[in-house]
Amino acid sequence: MAEEIQKSEPELERAAEPAKIEPPVVAASLPIKLEPDMPLLRIEAVAKKFGNFRAVDHVSLDVRAGEFFALLGPSGCGKTTLLRMLAGFETPDEGRILLGGKDIAHVLPHERPVNMMFQNYALFPHLSVRDNIAFGLKRAGMARVDIETRVAEMMALVRLEGMEKRKPDQLSGGQRQRVALARALARRPQVLLLDEPLAALDKKLRESTQRELMELQRRLGMTFIVVTHDQEEAMTMASRIGVMDAGRLDQVATPRDLYEAPASRWIAEFVGDINLFEGQPGAAEGGRLAVSTRDAGTLYVTEPRKALKGAVSVAIRPEKVKLSRRAPAVDEANAFNRLEGTITDVSYLGGQTTYKVKLDSGATVSSTMANTTRIVDAYLAGQRVVAWFTSDDCLVLDQ
Amino acid sequence: MSARRIFARPARFAAIAPYLWMVLFFLVPFGFVLKIALSQTAIAQPPYVPVFDFMGGREAITAALEQLSFDNFKLLVSDDLYILSYLRSLTVALVSTAILLLIGYPIAYGMARLPQRWQPVAMMLVIVPFWTSFLIRIYAWINILQHDGLLNTVLLKLHLVSAPLVWLSTDSAMYIGIVYSYLPFMILPLYATLAKMDVSLLEAAADLGASPRQAFWQVTVPLSLPGVGAGALLCFIPIVGEFVIPDLLAGSDAMMIGQTLWLEFFTNKDWPVASAVAVVLLVLLVAPLLLYERLQHRQLEAR
Repeated sequence: MAEEIQKSEPELERAAEPAKIEPPVVAASLPIKLEPDMPLLRIEAVAKKFGNFRAVDHVSLDVRAGEFFALLGPSGCGKTTLLRMLAGFETPDEGRILLGGKDIAHVLPHERPVNMMFQNYALFPHLSVRDNIAFGLKRAGMARVDIETRVAEMMALVRLEGMEKRKPDQLSGGQRQRVALARALARRPQVLLLDEPLAALDKKLRESTQRELMELQRRLGMTFIVVTHDQEEAMTMASRIGVMDAGRLDQVATPRDLYEAPASRWIAEFVGDINLFEGQPGAAEGGRLAVSTRDAGTLYVTEPRKALKGAVSVAIRPEKVKLSRRAPAVDEANAFNRLEGTITDVSYLGGQTTYKVKLDSGATVSSTMANTTRIVDAYLAGQRVVAWFTSDDCLVLDQ
Repeated sequence: MSARRIFARPARFAAIAPYLWMVLFFLVPFGFVLKIALSQTAIAQPPYVPVFDFMGGREAITAALEQLSFDNFKLLVSDDLYILSYLRSLTVALVSTAILLLIGYPIAYGMARLPQRWQPVAMMLVIVPFWTSFLIRIYAWINILQHDGLLNTVLLKLHLVSAPLVWLSTDSAMYIGIVYSYLPFMILPLYATLAKMDVSLLEAAADLGASPRQAFWQVTVPLSLPGVGAGALLCFIPIVGEFVIPDLLAGSDAMMIGQTLWLEFFTNKDWPVASAVAVVLLVLLVAPLLLYERLQHRQLEAR
């Protein structure tokens, strides 16, 4: 038995290679007529308290049909509670949840046209793979013949042919994940909710499954809402990301905007690595703003559009900080910010190397540089260097 | 470190201790009972022949062995008193187990759905009756069920009946006593299975369109079957051999096998027939148990 499972692992690896794009097998059935500009799902000022704890604090969000949307945040931020309200397992205390214009906030879970893929998969241990997938179809009163057809379709979709008679505990983790996905997709929901869909998989399988999920979502044209605490996962898969913290939805943006234009210092630190310098904004001159910082002297940043009030942080991503032995000329690459210091730490990561530079003020700046050549002209710990970056690459964030 | 060191003496003793226990307190006494069952009744001390005379050497033992016979077992089949007793025992046990399941399942289900901090309290409430002696509790039922007892008083006060009903010495009284006494043995294994059931399975069922009722029948019930099996066995087997409850609460027109055994042993002083009754009872009870084990084993292998 254990051998069989092992034998099927190479199949999984092979299956993980990008598939050819085929016409959609399952067209999402949409009995709801959407107006051209109408979002499929509209969450309006939804709030939920558990005792005195505000799990979800007046969140509003629109999700368009066909979107791959990710709710990202640390554990306890309310993202799972929000997802469970979409599935109907929790009822909002306030606000509305409109699906195709109809308020479903108080509709019972078994009467909603949405399906969920559970974090622990929640496969029925007493039912075979086939019966797990057919469960929702039987409840919908589908004819026996149609159920057989649909189950076969689903098994093919997640490449589990031949496993129909197996019980969940006879499957590997990756296979169980596929069964859970097939079961949730079988009813052709208008929205598929995925609760940490990849958390239980090992790293290698997680990466291939990410690609498969994206591929599947595009092929089915279905709306996916995924909850995750893993920012890389969210960035890779989602077309838009909503970042949640302490029950609030802090920013909704594309992965690129989230990374390059985070709305707050908290988000800047949560998504990726970043260098931060606290300081006071000074005078603007020629589209550039001078910020006098405690640790890095005066830094020049491109003047932000919004007005600043009080103390700010100048933020710069490590890969936008360059190193050189001598200070570049002023006109070279717009290098307005030059910080001198000593390299204290070198982390070689293969494709790139991260250097920690200790400034004379005592503060540390991280710089990540791509190793574009084999014979790298590397910097060594203890070397004096100039870390420089342009004013365009800097962000100014409120404290 | 060699394998021999791992199986040093204390460990080896721990491994054989359960078997030693079984041999000493089950197999050896069963051997005695079986031997008596194959003997003939006699007015003597002990009241049966033959008696092994281990001092008499090999010939005496062979002579004694030749006197053993299956006559008592033939009697059990020929006189329908015994067959009727066995049948009544099985019927009573079957009906009682069914009633216990009907009452015990909802209670266990309710307990498992209680908030976490209330579950130990509910568990205590189920166990608390054990702190009073079983016999005293059955006598208390006699008090409740008698002509001017609590049950009739309440029924009269509520105007549900116009005259006191006869409860004592009826099958109803016996079933009340049995169900009352065995309920914890049904509830506890059921509760254990239901409490460890993953709630997300019910959410998944709801998510896939199952109403709460459908989710119960399609998910909860099949997953609680091991608990149902354990609870049913824990009740069924001792009820088949039950003596005290039918003796104190039921009428005397029909007897369960435990009562028949008691009668043969203490009233008729017929130890051999009583022993034969006990041996047959054991076989009747062990057979379904072995069958159940085999079935479970096969299910495990099918996985």
